[in-house]
Amino acid sequence: MTKATEGSTHRQLTINVLRYDPHTPERPARMEAFQVEEAEGMTLFIALNEIRERLDPSLNFDFVCRAGICGSCGMLINGRPGLACRTLTKHLGPNINLAPLPAFELISDLSVNTGKWMRSMSERLQAWLHAREEEIDLGRLEERMDPVVAEKLYELDRCIECGCCIAGCGTAQMRKDFVGAVGLNKVGRFRLDPRDQRTDDDYFELIGDDDGVFGCMALLGCHDVCPKQLPLQTQIAFLRRKMLSNGMKSTTKAEGKK
Amino acid sequence: MKIDYTDVLVIGGGLAGLRAAIAAKRRGHEAVVLSLVPPKRSHSAAAAGGMQASLANVIKASGDNEDVHFADTVRGSDWGADQEVVRMFVDTAPKAARELAAWGVPWTRVQQGDNETVINGKKVVISESKEAQGLIAQRNFGGTSKWRCAYVSDSTGHAMLYAVSDQSIAANIPVRERAEAVALIHDGDRCFGAVVRDLINGELYAYVAKATVIATGGAGRLYRTTSNALICDGTGAALALETGHAALGNMEAIQFHPTTLFPSGILITEGCRGDGGLLRDVNGHRFMPDYEPDKKELASRDVVSRDMLDHVKKGKGVKTRLGEHLWLDITLLGRAHIEKSLRDVLEICRSFLDIDPAKDLIPVMPAQHYTMGGVRTNYRGESQGLKGLFAIGEASCWDIHGFNRLGGNSVAETVVAGMIVGEFIADFCDRADSDITIATSLVHEFLGREQARIDRLVDGRGSEDASRLQQCMQELMTDKVGVFRDGRTLAAAVEELQQLLARSRNIGLRNRSRGANPELATAYRTQKMLKVALCVAAGALARTESRGAHHRDDFPRRDDAKWLNRTLATWANEDDTLPTLKYEPLDVMRMELPPGWRGYGAKDFVPNPDTARRSADIEATKKKLAGADRFTVQAALMPYEELLPARLRARNERIALPSEGASS
Repeated sequence: MTKATEGSTHRQLTINVLRYDPHTPERPARMEAFQVEEAEGMTLFIALNEIRERLDPSLNFDFVCRAGICGSCGMLINGRPGLACRTLTKHLGPNINLAPLPAFELISDLSVNTGKWMRSMSERLQAWLHAREEEIDLGRLEERMDPVVAEKLYELDRCIECGCCIAGCGTAQMRKDFVGAVGLNKVGRFRLDPRDQRTDDDYFELIGDDDGVFGCMALLGCHDVCPKQLPLQTQIAFLRRKMLSNGMKSTTKAEGKK
Repeated sequence: MKIDYTDVLVIGGGLAGLRAAIAAKRRGHEAVVLSLVPPKRSHSAAAAGGMQASLANVIKASGDNEDVHFADTVRGSDWGADQEVVRMFVDTAPKAARELAAWGVPWTRVQQGDNETVINGKKVVISESKEAQGLIAQRNFGGTSKWRCAYVSDSTGHAMLYAVSDQSIAANIPVRERAEAVALIHDGDRCFGAVVRDLINGELYAYVAKATVIATGGAGRLYRTTSNALICDGTGAALALETGHAALGNMEAIQFHPTTLFPSGILITEGCRGDGGLLRDVNGHRFMPDYEPDKKELASRDVVSRDMLDHVKKGKGVKTRLGEHLWLDITLLGRAHIEKSLRDVLEICRSFLDIDPAKDLIPVMPAQHYTMGGVRTNYRGESQGLKGLFAIGEASCWDIHGFNRLGGNSVAETVVAGMIVGEFIADFCDRADSDITIATSLVHEFLGREQARIDRLVDGRGSEDASRLQQCMQELMTDKVGVFRDGRTLAAAVEELQQLLARSRNIGLRNRSRGANPELATAYRTQKMLKVALCVAAGALARTESRGAHHRDDFPRRDDAKWLNRTLATWANEDDTLPTLKYEPLDVMRMELPPGWRGYGAKDFVPNPDTARRSADIEATKKKLAGADRFTVQAALMPYEELLPARLRARNERIALPSEGASS
């Protein structure tokens, strides 16, 4: 069949998991090792479920779609943020270290509360389309859009809020309200959308500070680890330029008023 | 224990649930959404290829409208659908697509002029009209007579879910994430809300609500191989079932998607075939034209899945150590098209198989994909067994899919049902007689019962392993209640499922934590899943005909004389090991489209005695109204407009496209 089955060696894998449950603080954080025999096409999703079924039913982790589209299973895989469901063990050595994504509230073991973080970010950034009209006449033709613009929007709309960019971000580790690449990408997405009525002045209010675009130290770990290969580097650089010129403009205006 | 109150309690944070919550909130009612996972991680995100809505913007959609969408859907359902509800659905689908456009979905748009595409294995050039420039584009899908699928590359569900979820945040609708409803609170006549378990700390609390909405998706995880996410375990349907009063409809109607990745079952979108992809066997032969000369790869899913498995039975499968599969060939579509319009397929092939679908064939096999059945409701989305209980989306049997759903109709149903039923829920909450008087003792009784169940699992001396029981169920559902069914095998399946259910009452846990304990969740979910599995298997055993996705080798014909009805399953007593089955007749004399041949699949069926009479009536009406517009004719055959909420009754505007024949 496919290349996936070729060269299967049935290695013995040692999967080391960083474990801690904040509800039982009497048990300190620790690394626990589990032995798993590798199988054809094995992913970390398959390996972790085997561990839970066979070795330790208390192990916590999150998977939903197991197809790389829902963003539930972000974790540190040998220190690097990534989606566990689509990580093939054959691309890793026989010793695999797994830890929860940093910067998010820990639920237990490999499970973190990305949902709470993302909702809070979305609320702060008002990350939804601000349409001109509240009520749409549903019987009428849709508003037209340049097909090229629609494609560009799709490109940025592909974010799955997995949290890998936040886990890979230097600023996010130090500044808890930093909106990160996920937040800035959203602003970039709505800014590009001709249906959104907001102006750069509005966006400056949302991201024109150190919790927004000026908090980025340009280390760009986000760009390197994004499982959807979003153009985060370009987005952040572009937004910073736009927000900077907007900031200059408003400063000049304010000074002019004096 | 804690009791919270709201107007509308929505169980499930996918597209259907969120859209209904927005509808209720906009009408001034407080809505709360419970979700097992952050809403944007719901299985709605997995809808790939598109949403059916008869917008008719591209040349290949020329002539499409509600009537054509209606007929395709009813034929697809093998006449199992509720035709009035199908009418409500097809009328609202264009409105839903346009609303989503206004909410930010980056629909792929029409580019006027020449566009290269692949049809029936050949490259062709289609010239799109100037009038359509920038409107929402459509692609082809299975079982439809027009190109009707509005799409966003191949992550349509993702884009829709993000737009709707964002709007629900804008509307300030609270979502309780990692919260699981474990029982409905009711008195036998009226539903009052639900008992909820916090999956982070394990605590139980109650939500009391005027209206409770089940929007929990499908039950794919009853099967071993499924495209469904891990959270699609059917326990939402079980909430209704366990009341003993609400019924599940047509649970035996299970769809198997022709192209899921072998062996994991990950979905490879029907858009691949819609865009021109072909199915090939071990010899590289394109075999679908041998089975379906007309629709070929694009017959309905039930038909293509059966043809594929028949072909494998003839020895034409590709044999591997993990079993047999067939090939999906999209190499002919070209890299540029794949990178633009089938991007997730590209990513999935690379990540999971290390192959490049622009030059390699994709190994595929049919796997469980969709649950046509669900909580049976009336056209308003309300359960007929329990007042104040609503169900929408895949969790419901509303019923637009009958015994087979068309691709692109499910994600369309989520938002359409959210809009329509959302209005009905708001109407319901507006009415004075929907106010509730509830004793806290009743709430505590339900809370106590659920706490006792959990205590029994955690502290009891049970000896059965929950995940082992779940695996046994999944194996036997796949092996015995799959694409091809027969009486003897189904009887064995029912028998074994009953034994598993009995054993599930004796589950013991290795991990006795009450908090974030995955084993505990598996335990109580398995108990619920087995009941739902029994509804599927017992319904399939009782239905001695073949209709849509329900295929009986021992009764290969559709039997409209005996089986033109909907199965209703209830669970009368907690200690029962079988559902109670009843049947709700479908009245041919009220159908706009009486039963006939679908245009693909088996031509042989047992007619209903009323069909000829109804067909004659319809012909007479059409003759009498010769020259009248299509709306007048339709209204004379099966009026439905009054059933729709007033604000959704507008006629759908379309551009005037040149006819397809004239353009090419």
